[in-house]
Parts: sequence; structure tokens; C-alpha cells
Amino acid sequence: MDFLNALVALLNFVIIPATAYGSQLALGALGVTLIYGILRFSNFAHGDGMALGTMFVILTTWGLQAAGISFGPLPTALLALPIGIALTALLFIATDRAVYRFYRRQKAAPVIFVIASLGVMFVYNALTRFIIGPDDQRFADGERFIISARDFREATGLAEGLAFRTSQGITIVTAIIVVAALFWFLNKTRTGKSMRAFSDNEDLALLSGINPERVVMVTWIIVAALAVTAGTLYGLDKSYRPFTYFQLLLPIFASAIVGGLGNPLGAIAGGFIIAYSEVMVTYAWKKIVTYLVPETMAPEGLVQLLGTEYKFAVSFVILIIVLLVRPTGIFRGKAV
Amino acid sequence: MNNATRTPLLFACMGFLIIATGVLQSWDSALNLLNFGLIAAIMALGVNMQWGYAGLFNVGIMGFVALGGVAAVLVSMPPVNDAWAQGGLRMIFALAVGVGTIIGAIMVFRRLKAQRFRGLIVLAILVIGAMIFRALFGPARDAIEAVNPAGEGYLGGLGLPILLAWPIGALFAAGAAWIVGKTALGLRSDYLAIATLGISEIILAVIRNEDWLTRGVKNVNGLPRPWPVPYEIELQEDPGFLARAEAWGMDPVGLSTLTVKLAYAGLFLLVLLILMWLAQKALQSPWGRMMRAIRDNETAAEAMGKDVKKRHLHIFVIGSAVCGLAGAMMTTMDGLLNPGAYQPLRYTFLIWVMVIVGGSGNNWGAVLGGMLVWFLYVQVEPLGTWLMSVMTAGLDDGSALKQHLIDNAIYMRFLVMGIFLLLVLRFSPRGLIPER
Amino acid sequence: MSDYSDRGNKDASITRTDNMPTLTPAHPESGPSHYVGSGGPFLIGDGMTGGYGGADILHDCTISVDKGEIAVIVGPNGAGKSTAMKAVFGMLNIHTGSVRLNGEDITALSPQARVNKGMGFVPQTNNIFTSMTVEENLEMGAFIRRDDISQTMEQVYELFPILRDKRRQPAGELSGGQRQQVAVGRALMTQPQVLMLDEPTAGVSPIVMDELFDRIIEVARTGISILMVEQNARQALEIADKGYVLVQGRNRYTDTGKALLADPEVRKSFLGG
Repeated sequence: MDFLNALVALLNFVIIPATAYGSQLALGALGVTLIYGILRFSNFAHGDGMALGTMFVILTTWGLQAAGISFGPLPTALLALPIGIALTALLFIATDRAVYRFYRRQKAAPVIFVIASLGVMFVYNALTRFIIGPDDQRFADGERFIISARDFREATGLAEGLAFRTSQGITIVTAIIVVAALFWFLNKTRTGKSMRAFSDNEDLALLSGINPERVVMVTWIIVAALAVTAGTLYGLDKSYRPFTYFQLLLPIFASAIVGGLGNPLGAIAGGFIIAYSEVMVTYAWKKIVTYLVPETMAPEGLVQLLGTEYKFAVSFVILIIVLLVRPTGIFRGKAV
Repeated sequence: MNNATRTPLLFACMGFLIIATGVLQSWDSALNLLNFGLIAAIMALGVNMQWGYAGLFNVGIMGFVALGGVAAVLVSMPPVNDAWAQGGLRMIFALAVGVGTIIGAIMVFRRLKAQRFRGLIVLAILVIGAMIFRALFGPARDAIEAVNPAGEGYLGGLGLPILLAWPIGALFAAGAAWIVGKTALGLRSDYLAIATLGISEIILAVIRNEDWLTRGVKNVNGLPRPWPVPYEIELQEDPGFLARAEAWGMDPVGLSTLTVKLAYAGLFLLVLLILMWLAQKALQSPWGRMMRAIRDNETAAEAMGKDVKKRHLHIFVIGSAVCGLAGAMMTTMDGLLNPGAYQPLRYTFLIWVMVIVGGSGNNWGAVLGGMLVWFLYVQVEPLGTWLMSVMTAGLDDGSALKQHLIDNAIYMRFLVMGIFLLLVLRFSPRGLIPER
Repeated sequence: MSDYSDRGNKDASITRTDNMPTLTPAHPESGPSHYVGSGGPFLIGDGMTGGYGGADILHDCTISVDKGEIAVIVGPNGAGKSTAMKAVFGMLNIHTGSVRLNGEDITALSPQARVNKGMGFVPQTNNIFTSMTVEENLEMGAFIRRDDISQTMEQVYELFPILRDKRRQPAGELSGGQRQQVAVGRALMTQPQVLMLDEPTAGVSPIVMDELFDRIIEVARTGISILMVEQNARQALEIADKGYVLVQGRNRYTDTGKALLADPEVRKSFLGG
């Protein structure tokens, strides 16, 4: 019985939250890694791009809610998602035309692109705060739980409750669908293959008649879809605050680098590695340990390796270890 | 127009802007602008050493600046004897255990080269060490934080003159930079960027949360002034000062504030000039030529037998130290350490705007960029609010939209900074004062 | 002008002539409007002078190839062999001279536009998509085509049977010789009329080199013109209808492959005796 309780607690406090968070990080890291693979720079504006895209979704959600449109038990934000993605894609493409294309034609060094992305970051940051403000916003609605802790306790008779929130379920399901669609697109369609070819060998891709501007445009559209989806899921699951999205830049980049920059599979693996490590290191294991050991040995402290306020340190340490041991990342990205 | 005429001209314009602020707004704000501008210029100088001399991409400036602020607290505040008695030694012991664990793990990792279970053994050492550390650390922290939590609740500092904190702040930042540089230099520039971004977030997390060390978000107030800077109260009680104020026909309170700010300005200018002199000397020395040679062609420099990674580590540590120095100076002038005020956009990315706008690789450019961008950053705010109130003049006074737009007008400054950076990068990529 | 029977390698036993694939040119009907008459070569870089922007590398250099013919450019290191070929393909600017394909002046066209005109190019290095499968490499080669490519792919597989076995493998995992086959196959996917190869045998073993040359001859037999730069001058001239010896960006000797091989001057200076 105690073992089952421990298992439920593990599922409830570690596995489900980490899987949801890992899905969000993986989607974010996929965006970063695609930009890196195709446009060959680390996009520092990605966090603020996510914040801005999610803002579009939130505004649309409010509009739908005001119009009395809902998505039944699911959050209305899912209905607003396509509109948010479309607006963000337009914005990203406009940004590319106005900023990055010039340097692409100049064949500028990657670091110049990075500095340009800092400027873009300022602009996105300002737009987000100017329109929706810097504060927390709530936009989740619909059913809160798929399984609530009380129902679970009543159904199983266990002391420990298992809560599975709708936002977590949606995050995981959406992430699976998005990732599957992305991989299908990259591996099975002509355009997707041309993107991979462009990322693999730009000169040869040009020689084969692949139009670089088209590849770049498609990339921004996909990146917008990934970024807005990741941002919306994160906002539904946790909360929407523009600055939090900027701070997500660190775990997202850590995920992409740990998996191997430029490698989509690596980005997903990296996202889950970072998320699981973060949750496991900052979780107070007292409850689970108490279930498992004899009563006399029950721990007094929290059995927590690191306070949650230091969760960024976890991504950082994993990042440093990977950089030291295997700089190309687990799945051998493009970078050395 | 070459740099010889351009540099003095641009600096004259900068001076004019500050004087115009003094005449049009107030001398108080003009001096504020000047003082923070000088500090920003020093930060930009530090970043310019890394970026302009060596092409290193550091986005952890905020962390190094904050470390300087911590140094100011730890050096200048009086020690809290009670807290030391309650948990000081225990805390030191706990920290020693923590550091010992890490060093031990590294040593074991190096010793057991060919061992199969190396990873597991090291992990076990780290986990067990962390548990012991937390067991020792927790009670010590609680004991310290329980001492007069409203006013103290931390160990305090050494009670030494705050001027000493400036070089020590530089040392703190240098130490952190050395650790980052050791691991991330020699890899791609993007990796260094992410690593520095990470370390600065971690430094800030420590400062915000470790109340026993820095009082966290409760702030440390009332840092002592550095040696030549007087207190306003003292001035206002000094008969000689009061006589002078009357002779000049000025309000003694206003004059005392200005005097204090002028004293800071003098002090900062002195530091900036010394740094400039050193930086220019270094740039023109064989060492500086070598640094630029490495930046321009790493492969060639490596082929000539230069240890590029080591040189990069040097310059990275030096540049970060300058940022730490500036951070200590800033906290000194503020008279308080407020960890909540450190925002990456303001303390990291704005400095980057300064360096790029000023002219990467040119120290004069960095200084000008620092002062000019700071000036714009401050002045855009009233301008944005004014612009918004003009634009929304047609709307009802009570309308939520109008209120929203006016409330959020302060974010215009980020928009302006971003567009400014993008425009300079595109149309004048070498900055206002190019390297050569 | 060219004598097809005078091919360098007539020994049919070393080529695989049984069920030999036929590669159909992409534009069988193209060209007649500007065609300068039966006397002009199919592709010619005529009196080319130019370089990568700095000093000129090519000086009044002329390279031409006829239909179904193999032309080989040889010469010492730094002679501008690859440069001459890149000039024909439009990868550097020539300020004097012209490039004509089938009589049409294409001097001003970009390399991509020349691909559309029926020219295929195999770079010396980085000539495959290493992370993509062999089949995907071939598909990408045919990117500009909108029609059914399965026919052409079948022909490439018949030409390079090993690629059929490895078609689901990432091209980066193949051996050097197989990679070159992928590279040539990729270029053939556009059904070019001219195939340009930049040192196709660089870094492969002598056995693989012989095999590659055999395949190249087979390609030429289908009517595709081959223009090739080669470091292995002797072997290359053996299969060449026409050979160009370049020195410092200038034509030094131009003749049939056989004649160049026989020329004592050429042998002494460029073929090591």
C-alpha cells in the first residue's frame, strides 16, 4: 500500500509535471534548433517571440470568451491558437524581411545575426508589455481536471491523491501531435526535405535549385507555430507573464544544446532531460521517502537537493557538463 | 571625418545634451544622467574589451554587475555580531563542506579515468555531499536570519571603507568570469553567450534568495558613503556651506544634493579616466595588438603559436572585472543593494546597445555609447508618456484604453532602444566612433 | 569535329555494357533558335578572363565540349583548372569572353539558371547531403523538376547499382567512392545535357577511380557531354575525347586525349615522364 502511495506521489509530483514541462521545453527548443539549423544563428528573441505570440492567443481568447464562444471542457485558447500562430508567423516573416534578410544577403557572421536578434528582442519585449502589460494574465478556462485528487482517492482508496490537470493532458497530447506533424513534414514532404537539405548543405541546396527565401519563410512559419504552441501550453499549465518567457530562454537553449543544436530529435530529448532533472532536483522527496522507508527512518528534512528558486541552476549545470563532455550535444548537432 | 575630429565633436554634443537637460529640466536630473552615464560607460568599456578586442559575446553582464553590488555590501556594512555568534562559524563550515564536495568530486572524476562506475561514484559523492551540506546549512541559515529580521537577519559585512569594495567587486566578478571562461571559452560564441546568461541568472537567484548573505529582496539600506563624498545633512549643518549657499543665492538643501552628486561625478570621472588610460595603453601595447590579431584571425594566430584560449580567458576576466567594478560603484552611489531591480534587459542587453552604438573595438566609442544610450534611455520615458498623452488626447479621459496606453508608455523605451540598435547595426555597423 | 569512335577507352570488357541505362536529356527539343550551326561545340567557355574579384586567374582561356563527348581539364596545382570549370558554370565573374550552351549565350546567367538550362555540376567537396538518405539526395537533385522522377531515379540506380541497396541509408555513412556515386547521381537527376565534374576521383582508391571513370564513360555514351577536372591526369586523358592542359590560367595544350598522352612534351612536363 505504501509502495503504491509512493508511486502515486511520484507520478503526481514528478512524472506528470516533468512530462508536461518537458513537452513545453521540447517545443520551444525545436523552434530554436530549427532557426539554428536553417538560418544558422542562436535566436535570442525566441523567448520574447513566444511571449508575444502567446499574447495574441490570449487576446483572441478574451475576444472569443466575450463573444460567448467556448470549446466545451477544453480551454478556449486552443481555438484561438491558429489565429495566434497566423499573426505570429506574419510578424516573424516581417521581422525577417526587415532585419535578418539583409544580413543573410551580406553573408554576415552568425554573431551579427545574434546581435540583431537582441534588437528584435527589445522590440518584441516592448510590444508585448505595451499591449498586454508586464503582469500575470489568466486565460485558462474549461474543465480544470481530467482526474482530480479527491476523485482518485475515492476511486482507489489510497491515501495519496493523483491530480491530472487538463492543461497537463492537453500539453502532452498537443506536443505529441505537433512533433509528429513536424517530423512527418520534415521527412515526407518535398518542402520539408528541401529544408533539411538546406540545413545540411546550403551551397548544394542552391545548386539543386532550392529557393533559399522560400525555405527561410517556411521555417519562420513553423517556428511561429512551435513558439506560440509552446507559449500557450506553458501559459495554460503555469501562468502567463512576459518576463517568465524571457527566462525560459535559458532552459530552452540548454535543451537545444544538450540535444545537439540543429538536430530536431535532440531538441526533444534535451527538453525532457532538462525538465526531468529540474523537477527531480528541486522536488522535496520527503513524502515519497517517508512512504518507502520504515517509520523510524523517516527523514526530518525536506530531502530536497536544491530550492525551486534555483531551478535555473539545474539547466545551467547540465549545459556545462554537456559542453565539457560532449560539446556537439547528445545527438551530434551541427555545432562544435 | 576621421576619428580625431569626430570624437571630440561627439563628446561635445554629449556634454551639450547634459547641459541642456540641466537648463531645461533640472540640474539634479542632469547630474543623475551624468553619474549613471559614467557608470554605464564603464560597463560598456568592460564589455567592449571582451567584444571589441577579442570578439567574445558576454550576455551575463548583469551577474557581474550584481556581484560588484554584493561586494559593496560585504565590505562596507558593519558586521552583525549577534548573527555571527548565532550561526557565523556554522555557516562557514557548511560552505566549506559544500566547496569540499565539489572539489572532491572533481578530483575523484580526474583520478578514476578508466573506471567504469566513475559517473555513478561522482554522482554519489555529489548527492551525499549535498545532503550533508543542506543539513549543516539549513540550521545555520535559520539562526542567522532569526537575528533581528526586520533590520538585519544577515551576517553583515566587514565594516571597511566602501572604496575598498570597488576593487573587491572587480575581483568577485573576475572570479565568476574565470569559472565561466574556463568551461565555455574555446567553444562557439553562442555557447559562451548561453553560459554567461545562465551564470548571471544564477548569481541573481543567489542574491535574491540567500537572505543570510545579502538580505535578499529585503534590500540592504544605508551603505556608507565613499571617502570624499559628504552627507547632505552634514553639509546643511556646516556654517561655511550655508554661507556659500547664501552667497550664491541658492537653496542649501538643493545645493547640498548637487554637491554630493558632483562629488560622485568627480570620483566616477576619475575612475573612468584611469580605466581609459589603462585600456588605451593596453590596446596599443604588443599585448593589445596580439589580442586584435587573434580576434581578426584566430586560426592564423593559433598557427603562430598563440594560446588563443588563454588570451581569451584573460580578456574575459578583465572585462568582467571592469563590469564588477562598475557594479560596486553603482551600488555605492545608490546607497542600497536592491536585488529586485536587476533586470537583464536593463543591465545586460542595454549595455550591448551601448557598445554596438558607440563603436565596437573603440574605447572612446564605448564610453560615448554608454553615456548617449543611457541619456536616451532615460529621456525617452517622459517623451513616450508625452507622446502618448498627445496621441490619446482625442479619447475620453475615463477610457480604459487611454489609461492603459499611458500606463504602458514607459515600455516605449525598450522599443526605441531595439530600433536604435537595429538601425545602427544596419546602417552604421561600426558604430558612432569606428575602431579605425 | 569530334570523332565518336576515337574514345579513349574502347575496351568494352571493363565497362558494363549489358543492359546499359539510357539517360534521356531533359531538353531534347531545346536550342535550335540560337544554334550557330553544326560546326559550333555544344558548350563552350570562349576566351574567358576573370577571377574571384581580386587578380585575374583565367587569361583568355577556352574550354569546350561536344555532345556525348568527354573533355578533361588537367594541369599542375594552381593552374586554374577548377576555376575554369567554375567559370563555365557561372560561379565566378568573367569580364572578357563568353559562355555559350548550344549556341545560346549564357554568360550572364546564375549557376541556378544554368542548372535549369540543362547543366549539372558536381562540386569537389561537400557534394552530397550527408544527413539525408541516398534516395533523398537523388530527390533533392531533381528538386527543380515537377514531373515524375521515378524513371530517372531508376536509371541512376541502374548506373550505380550499389546505391539501390543503400538507398535508405544516410549518404554520410557511405564510403568515399559511394559518396561520389551519390554526388554524380544527384547531378544526373535533373537530366542534364552537360555534366561537370570537379575532381570526381579525389581521395578515392585506384580501383574505385577506375570504376568511377567507367561509369562516367557510360554516362557519356547516353549522349550527355562530360566536362571534368582531374588530378589523375594520365588516367583521365585515357578516357578523354578532348584534353586541355592549363598552366597559370592559360591554355597550354589542347588536343585529343590520345594525342596529349602521346605528346612527349606533355608527358615530360605534366604526366611525370
